[in-house]
Amino acid sequence: MTATAIRPRSRARVRRRGVGGKLLTALTWVLAVVMFFPFFWMVLSGFKPEAAAVTSPPQFFFQPTLDQFAIAFDNNFLPYFINSVTASVASVLLVIALALPAAYALAIRPIRKWRDVMFFLLTTRMLPIAGAIIPIYLIANSLGILDRIVTLVILYTAMNLPLAVWLIRSFLIEIPMEVIEASRVDGANFFQQLTRVILPMVAPGLAATALLCFIFSWNEFFLARSLTSVDAQTVPLYLVSFISTKGLFWAKLSAASLLATLPVVIAGLVAQKQLVRGLSLGAIK
Amino acid sequence: MMIVVLIVTQLPFLITVYYSLTDWNLTTSSDGPVFVGFANYVEIFSEPEFLQAAGNTVVMTVGAVVVSFLLGLGLALLVNREFFGRGIARTLLITPFLVLPAATALLWKTSMFSASYGIINWVLSPLGLGPIDWLGQFPMLSVITILSWQWTPFFMLILLAGLQSEDPSIIEAASVDGAGPFQRFRHLTVPHLRPYSELGIVLGTIYILQTFDAVYLAAPGSATTNLPYYLYQRAFRGLEIGQASAMAVVVLIVTLIIASFGLRVASGLLKDAEGKRK
Repeated sequence: MTATAIRPRSRARVRRRGVGGKLLTALTWVLAVVMFFPFFWMVLSGFKPEAAAVTSPPQFFFQPTLDQFAIAFDNNFLPYFINSVTASVASVLLVIALALPAAYALAIRPIRKWRDVMFFLLTTRMLPIAGAIIPIYLIANSLGILDRIVTLVILYTAMNLPLAVWLIRSFLIEIPMEVIEASRVDGANFFQQLTRVILPMVAPGLAATALLCFIFSWNEFFLARSLTSVDAQTVPLYLVSFISTKGLFWAKLSAASLLATLPVVIAGLVAQKQLVRGLSLGAIK
Repeated sequence: MMIVVLIVTQLPFLITVYYSLTDWNLTTSSDGPVFVGFANYVEIFSEPEFLQAAGNTVVMTVGAVVVSFLLGLGLALLVNREFFGRGIARTLLITPFLVLPAATALLWKTSMFSASYGIINWVLSPLGLGPIDWLGQFPMLSVITILSWQWTPFFMLILLAGLQSEDPSIIEAASVDGAGPFQRFRHLTVPHLRPYSELGIVLGTIYILQTFDAVYLAAPGSATTNLPYYLYQRAFRGLEIGQASAMAVVVLIVTLIIASFGLRVASGLLKDAEGKRK
């Protein structure tokens, strides 16, 4: 018993420093490259002439060209891009403006039954949007706001609000009570307390929350597909329209996909450290 | 604020319940919904397409959650070690989660799975496998692959956070006491990871249950039609508001059952966070 227990331990030491460790590192890198490869392939194909993109075996070396990006822009990319930016940014601003006071009421000066409120908010995030699409569609139809960006702004705000409240609350409860008490003793009124003490301390948290909400809004497909048709279509629908007008031309599609994806990849890599916290609704630091 | 949330999120659900009890086709009945009781529910449960969509949803969700959880766990264990270029490897591994899901679906459909110039067939060709039309022959497997690629980073991140919160002195003490790596993993790391795994699985299930992009864009056939896509088809192509609403209610009930587990997990975490604060 003792002997079998000791042997793995000595093996563990070797693994940490010796050949085993190198093998595990190599394995990690191989898997990282495999996981990254499809995205890399999309980037690479975006710079290919169409004929070089659909060869078998695949080509890794070719004369790079920007033609596919030019075609994507000629195919009316900008209106979709502007719609996506408008819908995402407007909803993010609304979410932060609504979630900050709510989180304040749930963290700094907890209202009665704050726990129930937190769970009520969470249940709304668990509702599959497909389950509510019919009434949303009918309401939007009767209000005459189908195919309008404002509809997406309202819905993306509602979609991200629970996440934002949970997340901002998790940042707020990290502020030591003493700091808030001290500012109160120094004669700061509620508004000063909020703008001079609390806001600077949660600013990084708000930025992370905003980036996450931005990612979710930007990527949203189901609502955009169901509620817009011409004027308010967002970037994911650009890809759909691109296939239906241009067909499945892989190089052009890659360039278009890359343009559509880039803002979120950048936002995500900037917010990388906060990603876990956001995904776990602030539960994991 | 609360009122806004209440109106925006709960009202549509109540209206859905009402519509689910009516007969209302937008193309044929101009005079609005007619109350029919539970007829829609009886009808959808005797509809083979609905039952197949429900079955597909279960297979797709369970498959993608299991595969991405296991891959995510493996990668989290690997990335939790100190090694050269760890930050870069981590970034490479996170990227799939950040790619626009609609672009992901098209990327796999056109370039990875393609029968004529697809990367997967090219990689498998030395093994002597002929060109395979992945989406045509194995649509469900293909969709699960797409979803797993997309969601593995999610599980990796959550489990990695769990691994990094493990107290190294306990592990050290255990190895001094003669516990091997497997024993340490089995008796220390696994119980420590439990709440993280639960949270990841519950949240992952709720998100993956709602998959729409991958089915709609990559494999919109009957073998992969899941409930969100089926519902979309019924509501927007058939314009059968009453029946689609009844399906929506069924989807909601299934999600609520899963969500109630999720709430219990979240409740534990909320108490933990409070405990740390005091």
